[in-house]
Amino acid sequence: MKSSGNLIVLAASMFLVLAVQSVSAQNKVDTGLTQYDGLAVGRQMLAEDNPGELWVERGQQLFHEKRGPKNASLEKCDLGQGPGVVKGAFAQLPRYFADTDKVQDLESRLLTCMVELQGFKREDIIRMRFGNLDRNSDLEALVSYIGAQSNGMRMDVRLTHVREREMYKAGEYLFYRRNGPLDFACVTCHGDSGKRIRLQDLPNMTKAQEMREIIATGWPAYRGTHSTVRTMQHRLYDCFWQMRLPDLDFGSDLSVAITTYLNRSANGGVIKLPGVRR
Amino acid sequence: MNPLPGTRRSFLRLAATMGALTALATAGLLKTTQAVAAAWNKSGFESKALADAMKSLGASSAVESRDIVITAPDIAENGAVVPIEVVSRIPNTQSISIVAEKNPFPLAAIMEFAHGAEPYAYVRIKMGQTSNVRAVVNAGGKFFTAAKEVKITVGGCG
Amino acid sequence: MTEPMKIRAVLKGDVADIRVLVAHPMETGQRKDASGAIVPMHFIQSMTVTYNGNTVYDGQWSQAISRNPVFAVRVKSAKLGDKVVVTWSDNKNEKRTDEATVAAG
Repeated sequence: MKSSGNLIVLAASMFLVLAVQSVSAQNKVDTGLTQYDGLAVGRQMLAEDNPGELWVERGQQLFHEKRGPKNASLEKCDLGQGPGVVKGAFAQLPRYFADTDKVQDLESRLLTCMVELQGFKREDIIRMRFGNLDRNSDLEALVSYIGAQSNGMRMDVRLTHVREREMYKAGEYLFYRRNGPLDFACVTCHGDSGKRIRLQDLPNMTKAQEMREIIATGWPAYRGTHSTVRTMQHRLYDCFWQMRLPDLDFGSDLSVAITTYLNRSANGGVIKLPGVRR
Repeated sequence: MNPLPGTRRSFLRLAATMGALTALATAGLLKTTQAVAAAWNKSGFESKALADAMKSLGASSAVESRDIVITAPDIAENGAVVPIEVVSRIPNTQSISIVAEKNPFPLAAIMEFAHGAEPYAYVRIKMGQTSNVRAVVNAGGKFFTAAKEVKITVGGCG
Repeated sequence: MTEPMKIRAVLKGDVADIRVLVAHPMETGQRKDASGAIVPMHFIQSMTVTYNGNTVYDGQWSQAISRNPVFAVRVKSAKLGDKVVVTWSDNKNEKRTDEATVAAG
């Protein structure tokens, strides 16, 4: 598939019809299914014990272990609070980094550190970024660990740097911009309360309160259907797939812009990670 | 877990007074730090028919009981991870087994309790389709059972 | 190589509520990997818990138990500092033992 650098609009009216049926933007019929106790019981039971904590342990180990061609740990990785400081790092990402002259989210920053400090090949990390049933992903474990080290703190994306503010504005624009064969924007699914796709609840990302909850406790999250922790990069990648857009490049400016907008919109939300999802 | 031939009588006497594990340890048959687990019920776990699975538990004539409380979702979003909690209020409960009636191999787990463990089971199981989840309780050699239907929206066995 | 379990043993009144997260693929033998080859059965068959040295839970598990299993045990007449030892063994004869002590909630 083509890189998401250029968004290509394809004519596909059949998809459009299906999309309108499953996500009714104009049609506000709500069966109340999402309030149905039958689903709530299962979700509550699964949330009480989270296999994602195994990823947190694994991530902590990976952070401190000497690895890669340079046989180095990630203890000198600067996630925004200084080299090796993980406590509170998640809460303030994405942010601008002078050494790369870029605004980076947690995952692209980890990629930078794994390449620069440990000598790993960029393509190799990217290829293995999403775990599957046959092999785990180091990034998913590291994100779990670092996310959890902000638990109890509040989302606090500061936008003190002009480049951070640019990313935020770009992300906001992208959130509302309709693209692709389904003519969807993020807001198409996430612009209203009480909506769902089949049995999957859709958070309303135009409402600050829902944003605070869903971002601060949302990703990284253990996904039962995937048997691994998934991250914000994966969520965005999956959303792009669902919108029938070209593949979202890992750590791209596009992904960081959207993440900056979402995380900043969730400022104040109390962090509790990893989450638990279907 | 058979005692050595020829020592059966003395072993049983030991076991009666000291408890089987201690007796085995005294007889030098096991390290005291090691728990001896029950033998895996191969025929039960490989049964494809519900009736065979129940038979393997010795529970073919199990009596329906309201004193077995099953907590499980009415609808599970993901058939690969269905949380099942079973509490038995039947006195002398020594084991709880879980059977997913429509699974290719219905018997999912057999759990025995001792030394102050509550008759409480919590596991997460895979379910291939909507089905009754059945709990079987062995209380002093008598069998009781209860079931709850769990609807599955996505198959979880693959 | 086995991964450590996460054991949380919390005293609630006089009952120890023990919850365990286990890293294990619990393969059913039905799945195909990326190359199309069947991934063989690989699942925990025995899960035991001892409490202050006594076996309190003796579980026989099948491949129908979920991947990365979670299970729980409750033990009466519990006290802070009581010792919990969890051991699993699987159909490939791999084994793992981890310990925890009962802590305040």
